[in-house]
Amino acid sequence: MRTVFKKPRAMTKRPMHYCPGCTHGIIHRLVGEAIDSLGILEETIGVASVGCSVFAYDYFNCDMQQAAHGRAPAVATGIKRVLPQRTVFTYQGDGDLASIGMAEIVHAAARGENITVIFVNNAIYGMTSGQMAPTSLIGQKTTTSPRGRSVKDAGYPIKICELLATLEGPSYLARVSSHDPRHILQAGRAIKKAFRMQKEKRGFALVEVLSTCSVNWGLTPRGAMEWLAENMIPTYPLGVYKDVTAKEGD
Amino acid sequence: MTKTLIRGNEALAEAAIRAGCKAFFGYPITPQNEIPDYMAYHLPLRGGVYLQAESEVSAINMVYGAAGTGTRVMTSSSSPGISLKQEGISYLAAGELPCVIVNVMRCGPGLGGIHPGQGDYFQAVKGGGHGDYRLLVLAPGSVQEMADLTTLAFDLADKWRNPVLILSDGILGQMMEPVEFSPEEGPLAMDKPWATTGAVNRKPNVINTLDIVPESLEKKNYALLAKYERIKREEIRWEEKKISDADLILVAYGTSARVARSAMDLARGKGLKVGLFRPISLFPFPYPQLKRLACRKRQFLVIEMSGGQMLEDVRLAVEGRSKVHFTNRLGGMVPTPQDVLETILKIREGGGPGENSF
Ligand SMILES: Cc1ncc(C[n+]2csc(CCOP(=O)(O)OP(=O)(O)O)c2C)c(N)n1
Repeated sequence: MRTVFKKPRAMTKRPMHYCPGCTHGIIHRLVGEAIDSLGILEETIGVASVGCSVFAYDYFNCDMQQAAHGRAPAVATGIKRVLPQRTVFTYQGDGDLASIGMAEIVHAAARGENITVIFVNNAIYGMTSGQMAPTSLIGQKTTTSPRGRSVKDAGYPIKICELLATLEGPSYLARVSSHDPRHILQAGRAIKKAFRMQKEKRGFALVEVLSTCSVNWGLTPRGAMEWLAENMIPTYPLGVYKDVTAKEGD
Repeated sequence: MTKTLIRGNEALAEAAIRAGCKAFFGYPITPQNEIPDYMAYHLPLRGGVYLQAESEVSAINMVYGAAGTGTRVMTSSSSPGISLKQEGISYLAAGELPCVIVNVMRCGPGLGGIHPGQGDYFQAVKGGGHGDYRLLVLAPGSVQEMADLTTLAFDLADKWRNPVLILSDGILGQMMEPVEFSPEEGPLAMDKPWATTGAVNRKPNVINTLDIVPESLEKKNYALLAKYERIKREEIRWEEKKISDADLILVAYGTSARVARSAMDLARGKGLKVGLFRPISLFPFPYPQLKRLACRKRQFLVIEMSGGQMLEDVRLAVEGRSKVHFTNRLGGMVPTPQDVLETILKIREGGGPGENSF
């Protein structure tokens, strides 16, 4: 018998707690596949953040640390500085990274900290049950923007890739999506590249993955995928925002 | 052994490097700047890493990451910066990660001032961050002790898998005294099987402070409390001077204890039977040792550069058996031995500030 599909070695057998229609599980798998394909499981240390993905330490089959809300890039910096030969990644939501953890992510990027950041943007605070995030779209209804996010009260969505692309530190910044198979394959390639950048000691690499929160968006799983494609991508255009290897022909 | 004339903050930094500290993360704030300055220069030359963080919040979380790898790691700050570190300190205590945190106290509250203070006692020994946790807290009383207690702090942190806080102040940080350093440690052969160093030939390690199952989190809480009880039994440190015949015992730590010692000498010069009790570990606090000294014939005078914080622990320790007086200066002002002597003389005349006058 030939095995055509199995869990990556980099993932545990534990069943995931994610809601139907949430793409955290898919993104975990992409991270697991990237670690497997680079053969770096034993040398990898992951940092879980605070948000729905806090239990990532149960799902990845490598050493893990769980960080305080927003502080994963600082924790990863602490690990990487004392163990520079290890591969260190963080896995963070948009509340974690783009709100409470803004200082940590900007400075880790500015330092060119040689870590890999998986940034999962679902435009909402999932774990605390659906509050407005810094990435919520204009007009988006959440429990704390019940009449829709208004520019007057809450300003504009923060575009992390564009913002970090103004810095010299990052080696790779890409925005991808997780709403259909074609985009998932693309996302997998970007994540793998972000880990490879670290192996090649090129410095800070971040992949922003647009994702869904069907439960808090009040949509069916399928409806959430469609909502992402129709509403999030126009605000958050997909693409590579920085790639220091681009000239070398990748 | 030769002695080096050195500033308190620098003595502490040098002792840390000799104790095998391999990483330092900090953020500038007076009056502790000589510590990160020293580390920035020396640590990279001696096999360690130094990084100036973007804030105290980031610095303490970098400490968390590095401590999680089993590396000996330190951060230092002064009062307002230590406030910012409290969330991270709670996580370090919950994750049982060994590390050393230095508070060179200034006066507060708020931005306060840059002169010395002792107003962070409650924050240091009673919690500070959220949840049921304790730090081991050591209070140096000289530049020599800035060095010696730093060496001890790294050992205690590893022994108990707990953050250790060195509670110093702006005077001890800035003053110069001759110091004899312990020799530099060789590579540490400490076994830290829990550390996240990459899962090579073993199962993955996880450093985590989340547990959403009350039954199992309660178990963890009780285990932490049991550890703190063992610490209370094994790690009390204090110093006594001229206690045996004393009918008035001065109780003070850090800079206040230096003032108290001079005041004691002045009082002894006048034939007064005054002694000194100096807590060195503030957690665990020397309750039993103070309790043993308490009796009707003996009074206590607590001296602090705070509104009366350690005072509460002294009163708890003596359990009402002795009268406890209090004198202080605030706002960066330091009591003089003469000030304290005057309070001693008033207490002798029966007109002391008394128990409830603070
Ligand atoms: C200091 C602190 N503030 C607030 C919280 C509560 N909290 C937990 S998760 C979360 C938001 C997470 O949202 P996001 O990062 O977008 O991740 P998601 O759950 O959507 O995957 C918040 C505010 C916390 N745990 N700690």
